[in-house]
Amino acid sequence: MQTSSIYLQNLTDKDYLKLYYFMSLMRQFENSILNLYRQGRIVGGVYSGMGNEATAIGSAFALDSNDYLFPMHRDSGAHFVKGQNLRTMMLQYLGRADSPTKGRDGSGHYADPILRIYGNISHLGAMIPVAAGVALAIKYRNEKSVVLNYIGEGGSNVGDFHEALAFSSVLKLPLILIIENNQYAYSTPVYKQTIARQFSDRAIGYGIPGVTIDGTDVLEVYSVCKEAVERARRGKGPSIIESVTMRMQGHAAYDDAWYVPKSELEKWRQKDPIERYESLLFDKKILNESIKNEILNKINSEIQDALNFALNAPLPKPSEDLFKVFLEKD
Amino acid sequence: MPVMTYIEAISRGLWEEMERDESVFLLGEDIGTYGGAFKVTKGFLERFGENRVIDTVIAESAIVGAAIGAALVGLKPIAEMQFADFVTNAFTQLVNNAAKTFFRWNIPLPMVVRLPSGGKIHGGPFHSVNPEAWFFHVPGLKIVAPATPYDAKGLIKAAIRDPNPVLYIEHKFLYRNIRGDVPDIDYVLPIGSADVKRIGNDITLITYGSMLHWSLKAAERLYAEYGTEVEIVDLRTLMPLDKTTIFESVKKTGKVLIVHEDTVTGGIGAEISALINENLFEYLDAPIIRVGALDAPVPYSPPLEDYFLPDENKIYNALKILKEY
Repeated sequence: MQTSSIYLQNLTDKDYLKLYYFMSLMRQFENSILNLYRQGRIVGGVYSGMGNEATAIGSAFALDSNDYLFPMHRDSGAHFVKGQNLRTMMLQYLGRADSPTKGRDGSGHYADPILRIYGNISHLGAMIPVAAGVALAIKYRNEKSVVLNYIGEGGSNVGDFHEALAFSSVLKLPLILIIENNQYAYSTPVYKQTIARQFSDRAIGYGIPGVTIDGTDVLEVYSVCKEAVERARRGKGPSIIESVTMRMQGHAAYDDAWYVPKSELEKWRQKDPIERYESLLFDKKILNESIKNEILNKINSEIQDALNFALNAPLPKPSEDLFKVFLEKD
Repeated sequence: MPVMTYIEAISRGLWEEMERDESVFLLGEDIGTYGGAFKVTKGFLERFGENRVIDTVIAESAIVGAAIGAALVGLKPIAEMQFADFVTNAFTQLVNNAAKTFFRWNIPLPMVVRLPSGGKIHGGPFHSVNPEAWFFHVPGLKIVAPATPYDAKGLIKAAIRDPNPVLYIEHKFLYRNIRGDVPDIDYVLPIGSADVKRIGNDITLITYGSMLHWSLKAAERLYAEYGTEVEIVDLRTLMPLDKTTIFESVKKTGKVLIVHEDTVTGGIGAEISALINENLFEYLDAPIIRVGALDAPVPYSPPLEDYFLPDENKIYNALKILKEY
């Protein structure tokens, strides 16, 4: 697989601005989620994708509406790219009665069959076989959709990673797996996760393409993912993309990440995905101060609206109906 | 009416559902070209093609996980575990993904996992397990365990048509040892419904799977010797349990023996016993007795396996204690 710039040539100025909008939206959304957690209004786990914006947005932007998204917990922005709205996401994080899971699960752990978004579970890697199963159904029905799933560099050691790729590669399923290598799995640094040169080398064992990319460059992420998506669409099977980023905050909101050297964070801060992209857009004269303010104001008011809406929405009332574990046939 | 073995009935049920519904498909190890380790799917590849009879890599978690994914988007996968023992490799997929899907997402998950189970085939500790109790404790998984060819066909069809994940426990010893009438028509048995396989007023014997056959023999012997009439409730479905049928029988007899091939401690029998105690304490004329395998892994060598497993004699002896109580 080569970084293909053909796909960038097809991007319009509007697309460039959309990428900027979604990356900024993701960061603002996560900031507001973090605030809600600190205020005690979100009671469950909050996992930040700060530093991961280019990877989450660039990859999801490579999908069509008929494609399936299986995001991880640091990909909140991918939900928005796929069409999810802020109000629904806020309801879900706040455990409200009208959230997609009606309060039975939190954070990004919901499914939206219409938008074709299937959230993760907390067991890392457990969704890769499930994503492979959706890819199998696509092949079964002779459809042209693809499935995009994510895993961390730490999670790539889980057995399901291997099983799902062994399974999908032999059957040539339309699955794209992004390994978000963000340097830390909870507190464990990357050198304790593998002695291999790079995580994408794992692809060799399955006879599929594997590539390592700069996960802070949204255009590189987009074009490489797009190439893998189109390859899968043509029936050529799965790909692995290792997207190298930095987890700029702790594992979860309660973790201050004391174990990450300040100098390392500082080094990565120079490559902040949003700032990098912003200056590129300024250089290309696609973005200027006035458009930038317009976009950021729009985001602020959208988030404010979602916050007001979700904080005023009712919590679930326990009822028998909410505890059903089987679908009853009529 | 055609007479079939237990294994032929399962195979027939699968075949009919594949003919009937194009969204039904099979995946598992060696099920296509080879026809399955026990030949349940022999001839299926030739008839239905490799898109619907999928030989997979050896990866139980991927097999079950992929079945979940396919079911999420509306297909009706049937995953075969070559032996029920290997389902341990897919534990996360079943208890965390499959079992929690409807609860969390309100999405139907029409999938079946076939589990060739049980001992008395000299399979040793890794080819003989009765896996039901592992999953009985997990809300969100249905479990069926037919004992006769008739029930085997009717329940595999029910499992396939159910919109929830169903574990279909098929006993390997019954495969070619048990024959019975199986109508050549499209019939579906309800999941969650037990069947009284022998009517009696003196003792209720609750069982399922392979132990039904030893229980019937023990009951006939007790009747021949003492005229005691044992009522045998064949559960057929373990989750959800048919409490109505169990309770009706216990109210009538006041004495209960629970028999399963699985080990005793923490088995299905423990839950049934607790239910009867909670609901029908005043109807009981004797302590509830359980007969099951010893609390140990299934041993390999025949004298050890015979000692380990419940059998006609052990059931008979327990019935006799209840008769005399």
